[in-house]
Amino acid sequence: MPMTLAEKILAAHTDRGNVHPGELLEVRVDFCFGNDITAPIAIKAFRESGARKVFDPQRVALIPDHFTPNKDIASAMQVKILRDFAREFGIAHYFEVGRMGVEHALLPELGLVLPGDVVIGADSHTCTYGALGAFATGVGSTDLAAAMITGTTWFKVPASMKFVYHGRLKPWVGGKDLILYTIGQIGVDGARYMAMEFTGPVIENLPMSHRMTMANMAIEAGAKVGLFAPDEITRQYIEGRAQRPYTFYASDADARYETIHEWDVSTLDPMVALPHLPENVKPVTDLPEIPIDQVVIGSCTNGRLEDLREAAAVLKGRKVHSSVRCLVIPATQKIYRDALDEGLLQIFLDAEAAVSTPTCGPCLGGHMGILAAGERAVATTNRNFVGRMGHPESEVYLSSPAVAAASAVLGRIAHPDEVR
Amino acid sequence: MTGPTARRPCGDGANQFTGSIWIFGDDVDTDAIIPARYLNTSDPQELAKHCMEDADPEFPGKVRPGDILVAGKNFGCGSSREHAPIAIKAAGVSCVIAVSFARIFYRNAFNMGLPILECPEAVREAGQGDTFSVCLETGEIHNVTRGRSYQAAPVPPFMIELLQSGGLMGYVKKRHLWESRS
Ligand code: SF4
Repeated sequence: MPMTLAEKILAAHTDRGNVHPGELLEVRVDFCFGNDITAPIAIKAFRESGARKVFDPQRVALIPDHFTPNKDIASAMQVKILRDFAREFGIAHYFEVGRMGVEHALLPELGLVLPGDVVIGADSHTCTYGALGAFATGVGSTDLAAAMITGTTWFKVPASMKFVYHGRLKPWVGGKDLILYTIGQIGVDGARYMAMEFTGPVIENLPMSHRMTMANMAIEAGAKVGLFAPDEITRQYIEGRAQRPYTFYASDADARYETIHEWDVSTLDPMVALPHLPENVKPVTDLPEIPIDQVVIGSCTNGRLEDLREAAAVLKGRKVHSSVRCLVIPATQKIYRDALDEGLLQIFLDAEAAVSTPTCGPCLGGHMGILAAGERAVATTNRNFVGRMGHPESEVYLSSPAVAAASAVLGRIAHPDEVR
Repeated sequence: MTGPTARRPCGDGANQFTGSIWIFGDDVDTDAIIPARYLNTSDPQELAKHCMEDADPEFPGKVRPGDILVAGKNFGCGSSREHAPIAIKAAGVSCVIAVSFARIFYRNAFNMGLPILECPEAVREAGQGDTFSVCLETGEIHNVTRGRSYQAAPVPPFMIELLQSGGLMGYVKKRHLWESRS
């Protein structure tokens, strides 16, 4: 029977040759992890179960990234739970400040999540690794506790939706615009329970960082996973990083899809998601004048080196508008160092932007850039729900790094071409 | 497969539930299932006292052990709180049948040991207070009052074992921890 990419990966992690959408399966897990918000609850369940070891200390990660460097006593106590557990159970991948990064940027960078893997993380943006061709999805803390003990989890096999992107992208248009456009078309519920599979000529040439941005936001369409079939671009990314063997899977030509969307994206402009839902998407060129107070360039969506390069290309030789605070947050320590070596940090500092150590920080309204009532931010993050970045009466507009940087310069939401 | 078909046997009967049904509409959210104001406890019996109270104030007082919840689409949408399936289970509800479930509720329900089945036809033709007989093994839902049977996806054996263990952590303890110690 023909199978989709999602079905093939799941089948390979059971003792079955074939799996069907809707079926409940017990599957082996290649890697699992939690963060400073979710792991403490999983650790509590783990300890209460009486388990004496994790299934494989090399395949579990604990990543304190949301409130680190610890913003207050409560967050320090949470992180201590992770640190103590990591020491006691010999967890190989625990990351202290100075070595850490935002989980979904860090794990692929270190080659810990790989093509063909089944990965579960107690965080909704675990779907990011679909960019590598891994079946990766967010679960609850109880699921993480169980997986840390058994190395298995259960899934309902999702049906697949195929997205085919034709044409040639305009300058300043990339993965963020493609995924915002897609969510705008199908809605925040448009892929509920489903595996999204991104394909077509545009995708075949799309760099890995842009694929990660797209897979990252599959959850914003309600999807369980957002997948790219591994190819030469994947191979180049993986080579020299992979910590384990990996497998490239691809959908069969006659695999069954619940729906297929085909779009020519040649005329697509940079997109912005307006408050307060990621589906509330408009081309930046259609927006009226919207003055802003803050810009955030970072997060698991767009905090990678390529994103910083894109922002720096716009900010180079310019200044952040006098009424705007611009925060640049490299997603990992390595990205921070590479940005330093390439002179990007110099460009940001010259532009009078603030550069922070890696953290989720403002993305979830945690710390490091909280909005006041009535304030407006353009952010390269993934969620613009009410109060996501601070006060319930603040607003978040989601965009690519280029649009965010242009907006920082002009003090209003702007197309990168407007900066000159 | 729907219609007034004869019922098939349901294993050893351990996973068959018969009870009166309580019908709710579409998009019942986790706040309707257990209002946030009661979340200062995680004691199942306390939560059960307020289960579904904002959707039907009479429900907590009138629900009988073994009764079955029937709902429309997207049951359990809203927050990811595990208190929601815990409250329903502690109220004595034997299983929930809905047109569809919100993604996180679906996971939480199994993980907390609450059986759930998706079956749009059974929901559509049900009347308040009908009696349902549900078999997890075969996925058959029988509306005893109306003499009609419906087919939902059967629950596979490992998931039945998980439900019988009281949920995911009970299953893990039984399957993985006790084994590794003996
Ligand atoms: S950067 Fe934002 S979306 Fe990504 S893991 Fe952190 S809080 Fe979540």
